[in-house]
Amino acid sequence: MSEEKHHIVSYRTHAFVLLALLVLTGISVAITQLEMGPMNTLAAMIIAGIKAAIVLAWFMHLKFESRFFAFMVSAVVVVFLLVLLVTFFDYSYR
Amino acid sequence: MTVHRDDLGDKMGMWLFIFTELLLFGMLFVVYAVYRSMHPEAFKLGGDELDVVMGTINTIILLISSMTVAMSISAMQKGNKKLALTLLTITLIIAVVFLVNKYFEWGAKFEYGFNPGAPELLELGHGTILFFGLYFIMTGIHALHILIGIALFIYVVWQIRKDKIHQTDYVWLENTGLYWHLVDLIWIFLFPLFYLIH
Amino acid sequence: MSEANNAHNVSYLEYKGQYKGLLAWIFSTDHKRIGLLYLYTMLFFFSVAAILGLLMKTQLIAPGYTIMGPQTYNSLFTLHGIIMIFVIVVPGLPAVFGNFFLPIMIGAKDVAFPKLNLLSWWFYIIGILIVLTSQFMGDGPPDTGWTFYAPYSFRTPTNVLPAVFGAFVMGFSSILTGINFVVTIHRMRAPGMTWFKMPLFPWTLYGTAWIQILATPVIGITLLLIVAERLMGIGIFDPALGGDPILYQHLFWIYSHPAVYIMILPAMGAISEIIPVFSRKTIFGYKAIVLSTLAIAFVGYFVWGHHMFTSGMSGRALYTFSFLTFLVAIPSAIKVFNWVSTMHKGSLQMQTPFYWAVSFIFVFMIGGLSGLVLGSLATNVHVHDTHFVVAHFHFIVFGGTGYAFMAALHYWFPKMFGRMYDMNWANLGWGIFFIGFNTLYLPMFYLGIMGMPRRYYDYLPDFHGGNIVSSLGAWVMVSGIVIIFANLIRSARHGEKTTEKNPWGGKTLEWQVDTPPTLENFEEIPTIEKGPYEFED
Ligand code: HEM
Ligand SMILES: [Cu+2]
Repeated sequence: MSEEKHHIVSYRTHAFVLLALLVLTGISVAITQLEMGPMNTLAAMIIAGIKAAIVLAWFMHLKFESRFFAFMVSAVVVVFLLVLLVTFFDYSYR
Repeated sequence: MTVHRDDLGDKMGMWLFIFTELLLFGMLFVVYAVYRSMHPEAFKLGGDELDVVMGTINTIILLISSMTVAMSISAMQKGNKKLALTLLTITLIIAVVFLVNKYFEWGAKFEYGFNPGAPELLELGHGTILFFGLYFIMTGIHALHILIGIALFIYVVWQIRKDKIHQTDYVWLENTGLYWHLVDLIWIFLFPLFYLIH
Repeated sequence: MSEANNAHNVSYLEYKGQYKGLLAWIFSTDHKRIGLLYLYTMLFFFSVAAILGLLMKTQLIAPGYTIMGPQTYNSLFTLHGIIMIFVIVVPGLPAVFGNFFLPIMIGAKDVAFPKLNLLSWWFYIIGILIVLTSQFMGDGPPDTGWTFYAPYSFRTPTNVLPAVFGAFVMGFSSILTGINFVVTIHRMRAPGMTWFKMPLFPWTLYGTAWIQILATPVIGITLLLIVAERLMGIGIFDPALGGDPILYQHLFWIYSHPAVYIMILPAMGAISEIIPVFSRKTIFGYKAIVLSTLAIAFVGYFVWGHHMFTSGMSGRALYTFSFLTFLVAIPSAIKVFNWVSTMHKGSLQMQTPFYWAVSFIFVFMIGGLSGLVLGSLATNVHVHDTHFVVAHFHFIVFGGTGYAFMAALHYWFPKMFGRMYDMNWANLGWGIFFIGFNTLYLPMFYLGIMGMPRRYYDYLPDFHGGNIVSSLGAWVMVSGIVIIFANLIRSARHGEKTTEKNPWGGKTLEWQVDTPPTLENFEEIPTIEKGPYEFED
């Protein structure tokens, strides 16, 4: 009875997405074995962020869902990052 | 009362629940960030104690399981019940393997006395105590979510077999999938933050 | 289904479902019955906690030991705080009036997830029971205060564990209600009810629900960490193991400041419903109220540090939090202007709900302005942890949420019960309560400025005068409460029956359905063409 049309993601797409995720995992393992100081963490976090975005968009269907879902997710991420930032107003300047 | 069905509403409910989970783990990440900024060296040494190979294997299988759930939804949408069930069974097996790996990892840490309250750990200094405290709390709560995921998958498989979940009504499967991806999302961050610090 | 038991012509109170007697209530998924379940639970526990408060005030009527010693006093304010905050004002208006009226006001038959709704009441009750066990087990009732500050909360031998865990379980209740309301509002508004045709009470419930969803998990994990600390000595908040107790305060207030908006937003919503009806005028600045609601919900997330000005945060953090605190006061003030302008040149109806609403504005302003004193760094250092803070949050939480709750109860009572209360007794109760309330809390501002700290069973003789006044006020206020409750309870059972759909002349949907509403609220879902407060036509 549900009126909305459902987008069916093909098996191939899923396989490609997995491939991309595995490659990114490999890169982050490799990169963090190098000695780059704090850049290591930065790189690892950026890669993790990309992986998360991929999972959200394809596996969790955000790309195919109503725009509002993606908006909500971004809003939550922003709130979290702001909380982190404001917390560090304390810890960075103690 | 008239039965009222609203798949989009149900999915929205699931997303809202996922947000609560994200913030719950989010606060643990805040705690992690604070203590790591205070004890960068100890966190590095703590990270060296963790088994990168084991961590990588768990990351890989968890990603694969994320794909199998996602595929099972596609299979369900196409009406391929058998394939959907097979894919879900694979997911279930992977979930169990993940926990078995965790069991051995934790076991090794207990042997070395890295568990909270162990006298060996108390001698290692504040940074290390905090690192392993966080390690056990965060991977522990994550493992708890894997357990819940397993329970959900068993329920969903059962419902599919009874044809309660089928090609035109599969929001339970979708929502369970969403939950599983959340578990994966959290791991995507846990893995580098604990295993890959150098 | 027989004619006599039809979802369309039998009221929800008489409808016979699968179960009988008490079971027909505690297993009902009808949003209206669930609302009443919350109401009864809250009235009961409010009475308990009010008695605890009265005992504390009686102890404070003179310096030294009056009726109890320090340990008893400490466990009393702890239980008082836990009940009042987690059992009463946090679920507060959303759980009672939100459940009952949200679906009706937006033209729906129920909330989006009725079973989940019932589950959330069950979580609530189970949480309460767990908290209560802390009073009767092993090492004595907890004595930490409702804030459970580290490291004391895992050093004290008292039963902190069940109290913390009970609060954790109640958190699930709050989250599920939040999820339910957001989905209900998004998916179930009647045709034609666009976002900006939605009444203000649902709007504030919407903002509140988002805070419930995004803030409650924070307290969840924080309380779990305290549990881990107590059981395993994990060290996260334990300074002896390297942990930072101030981080506990951060996490605690990251939830608990937004939680004060969980308490006050729906209260503002209820007031925004009542004022126009009793002024016979459109609400002034509908959009300003909506936007300020959303602004409060958002900015309120980032001001938590104003509870920690003396804890030892960095200077930069102090300025930031103080600044943000001033920002968040603006949208609250906007609402006050809206209400006052609505009344301006209206034809005011002097009836009980209106008395409560107007007195709400009065006490809320005192509470809000004292909040600014606390939000400025220099003055906060002086009055932090004194009775000034106690006065502030009672004016806001009790004065704000409590008054609005009573306003809402007297406003919606005839619709909920199909009976009318005695207006004279109601007014008398209100009057005595209002006098008692101010006598009780106003002196606390003065005592605080003079330096009387909070959370002590004893005080210096200098403070005696103010305390006598305040303690007498407590007795007056409680007499008012007794009159109000007695009147309402009697009226709910024996009051004059009424089927009048719209006793106050309201324009929102709940005044167009039967009194009391039928099980499915509407025979046919209405189509909405007008805004919610169009009085002038
Ligand atoms: C104009 C807006 C407000 C401002 C500027 C404000 C400011 C403050 C500040 C700075 C404190 C901390 C005082 C201290 O411990 O030194 C405080 C405490 C408190 N406020 Fe507010 N507040 C405002 C509105 C509210 C509202 C709307 C509520 C609840 C509905 C509320 C409830 C509380 C509570 C419960 C406490 C005491 C917490 C405790 O220590 O136990 N406040 N307020
Ligand atoms: Cu606050």
